Amino acid sequence: MSTIKLTVNGRAVSADVEDRTLLVHLLRDHLNLTGTHVGCDTSQCGACVVHVDGRAVKSCTMLVGEANGANVTTIEGISKGEELHPMQAAFRDNHGLQCGYCTPGMIMSAIDIVNRHGGNLDEDTVRHELEGNICRCTGYHNIVKSVLDAAGRMKVSAAAE
Amino acid sequence: MGVEGIGASVVRKEDRRFITGKGRYVDDIKLQGMTHAHFVRSPHAHAKVKGIDSSAALKMPGVVAVLTGQQIVDDKVGNLICGWAIHSKDGTPMKMGAWPAMAPETVRFVGQAVAVVIAETKNQAKDAAEAVVVDYEELPAASDIRAAIAPGAPQLHPEAPGNVVYDWEIGDKNATNEAFSKAANVVTLELTNNRLVPNAMEPRAAIGDYNDAEEHFTLYTTSQNPHVARLVLSAFYNIAPEHKLRVIAPDVGGGFGSKIFIYPEEMVALWASKKVNRPVKWTGDRTEAFLTDAHGRDHLTKAELAFDKDNKILGLRVSTHANFGAYMSLFSSSVPTYLYATLLSGQYNIPAIYAEVMGVYTNTSPVDAYRGAGRPEASFVIERLMETSARQLKVDPAELRRKNFVTVFPHQTPVIMAYDIGDFNASLDAALKTIDYAGFPARQAKAKSEGKLRGIGFSCYIEACGIAPSKAVGSLGAGVGLWESAEVRVNPVGTIEILTGSHSHGQGHETTFSQLIAERLGVPISQVQIIHGDTDKVQFGMGTYGSRSLAVGGSAIIKAMEKVEAKAKKIAAHALEASEDDIVIENGEFKVTGTDKSIALPMVALAAYTAHNLPDGMEPGLKESAFYDPSNFTFPAGTYICELEVDPGTGKTSFVNFVAADDFGRLINPMIVEGQVHGGLTQGIGQALLEGAVYDSTGQLVTASFMDYAMPRADDVPSYKLQHTTTLCPGNPLGVKGCGEAGAIGASAAVINAITNAIGNNKLEMPATPDRVWHAIHGQA
Repeated sequence: MSTIKLTVNGRAVSADVEDRTLLVHLLRDHLNLTGTHVGCDTSQCGACVVHVDGRAVKSCTMLVGEANGANVTTIEGISKGEELHPMQAAFRDNHGLQCGYCTPGMIMSAIDIVNRHGGNLDEDTVRHELEGNICRCTGYHNIVKSVLDAAGRMKVSAAAE
Repeated sequence: MGVEGIGASVVRKEDRRFITGKGRYVDDIKLQGMTHAHFVRSPHAHAKVKGIDSSAALKMPGVVAVLTGQQIVDDKVGNLICGWAIHSKDGTPMKMGAWPAMAPETVRFVGQAVAVVIAETKNQAKDAAEAVVVDYEELPAASDIRAAIAPGAPQLHPEAPGNVVYDWEIGDKNATNEAFSKAANVVTLELTNNRLVPNAMEPRAAIGDYNDAEEHFTLYTTSQNPHVARLVLSAFYNIAPEHKLRVIAPDVGGGFGSKIFIYPEEMVALWASKKVNRPVKWTGDRTEAFLTDAHGRDHLTKAELAFDKDNKILGLRVSTHANFGAYMSLFSSSVPTYLYATLLSGQYNIPAIYAEVMGVYTNTSPVDAYRGAGRPEASFVIERLMETSARQLKVDPAELRRKNFVTVFPHQTPVIMAYDIGDFNASLDAALKTIDYAGFPARQAKAKSEGKLRGIGFSCYIEACGIAPSKAVGSLGAGVGLWESAEVRVNPVGTIEILTGSHSHGQGHETTFSQLIAERLGVPISQVQIIHGDTDKVQFGMGTYGSRSLAVGGSAIIKAMEKVEAKAKKIAAHALEASEDDIVIENGEFKVTGTDKSIALPMVALAAYTAHNLPDGMEPGLKESAFYDPSNFTFPAGTYICELEVDPGTGKTSFVNFVAADDFGRLINPMIVEGQVHGGLTQGIGQALLEGAVYDSTGQLVTASFMDYAMPRADDVPSYKLQHTTTLCPGNPLGVKGCGEAGAIGASAAVINAITNAIGNNKLEMPATPDRVWHAIHGQA
């Protein structure tokens, strides 16, 4: 057992967990942040993507010890109160989700994609960058639309800030 | 159309919880005192279980119990059932091998459970499962159809000699043979419909919760049809009586058919919760999903099409072997029979059809309905045949289809189905125009000059949806009726609750069904709540599959609405001192036509519940329920055209354009409909290019993870161009046909037709990987 201290969605948290605990299980089972999902056991599907120190990470692939002291953001931590993150709003407005299971990981990956590419996104780049997130419902058509739409919105909101 | 009524692409009500991480899936639920289950599964495809030693496991930290297959038998828990009786040509019933929830004596596929460990944590259960020692005596395995029907093949079930489930037929054999004897041309094709794993992104999960004081069970489960689960668990598995069992299917992360069935893990979680007198949770991992979710497709088919000298079809003859896996899953028997062979007529006038289907047991995971269920296989047969015929007869593939289209409705096919309405020329024309078919030869020539092989392929699919008229399916062997139920509750303040037996696991029912109410009553959809997925709340339901939710479930809502409106009009007429016949409903108000007199819906509702001044003899309240049984299937149809390029150096396929022109009847929310088509097309393309469950000769599933089984990813598929043509379905009050499966039914033939067109070799199996395509271009050298 180890005591792990980290910041999750701006809040300092500490938990006593088995050393073999994965970050995703700390979030889901100990912190009750069940928006981060587990869709596979081989780090392929991306349903578990969160941000660790600002970078997209598959939380099923990270032992909690590796996240000790880190700053973690999950799907529950990206909206400002009632105001959705532009990526969340774009997914809703473009019907970028159906069953919703891959959606949190998809949104967290997509934010990271826009952060890294800024406004220089086109369809091919988005499709290539989404390689690590599997969706079985949407056929990706509207997810790609959502990400391109959000890239524009995020540029506008970054300019406003 | 109002801004939120029928035909409006309203953004989805349910999305906010999903995009903020507040969805509530089974694995998100924690109950007080909850334990965790992990199954001990067979590593062998076929073996005798000679003994199970749990003594070491029982001593491990946190272990509550280790339960085995023998205890399931001792407790008289019923074997898993198949709910659709099929008879062979000779009149004998299908041969069902016994399938206990955990195997006491014999395992017949890799991953079949023999025991379960219940522990305080998931990790403790997993650790202890490693310590359960099972003594197996390995037996030879039959891992595919050919191996199972070969002379001297290993036998799976004593009940099924030769591993044959049934040998079934449909159509007029003599008339069909006669048609072939007169044919000017006969086109023959041998096809494999590759085996698929549904892979909803949420793995299956279940929590059994037994309350000993009330002798009451609750099951939280990843189900597409919680009432059917309750019925089967009660009536056949003896785990809990129906009135003492509540089944809740909360948010469910995709189904595609795989969550219709009642699986051993749900039975065991429920049964074990009574055994240990604590809640028991099981959540599958992805490898368990690959091994134990019902797979789809897996047919070997020989098909022949007979033409007269004018290229009119005279007859179709089909012989199919269908792989059932090791056991008969819940609806497995219907999939390669009544959901398959009844659609072999496609969009065409075919005077004579004869099909025979042999169902075969193999030492593999059970096979059942997966998106489209039989109809993709039928569509693949007839559309590959049509394309092949056009090439052999040297005619244009669009024109050959057009020449043989059904154009007069209703149309009775020789294989049961009676198409009610359609306009196949309209969808073909829309697709041809969108893809600029006339410009294809020039584009192909240009691609050739750049070293690429460009091809175009068609698929004119038809499917039977809105499943299904109860009497009709009952006469064909179904064990249940396939109606749907709904309840409409207008609350005293005028807000509305709709309780539906349909279940949404991505389809957007909360929005689409609310739009039906907005259209009729003029209330905003924010005033409407859709309730589903809980047998304690919803009166009954048959669930969601077969593109039935709107055509059948939505029609049930309309039926209940009509009763509510009739009563509300009476109340309004009484309050306004007018004749009930003069009351019209507009924008949430009950108006007396030709006057300025009106009363708002909330006031009518309040009057219904205060009951201070109701018409004489009227019961208080404003809520009504209905059961709706459709009179026929619905027949969505359309044309898909795929244009792609193949790199002859690598065999890699790249999409240039994919057009889908569908006729789904009336669209309630076009945005949601298009989303369904995108998803279906991608699963169809996945089957054509990427996906395939592969067993080795010993029955090991070698594609049991996302590392090994190629799921379509964002860069594997194109953006789609969709068109809608419309003939309104005459069979239901909404005029709708269903859109959930079309993409998966039509897409794969279009892709394979396009690749084979590009490479000039018609022999190509799915999935058409670069390796296979390269060899099809260059030969085996």
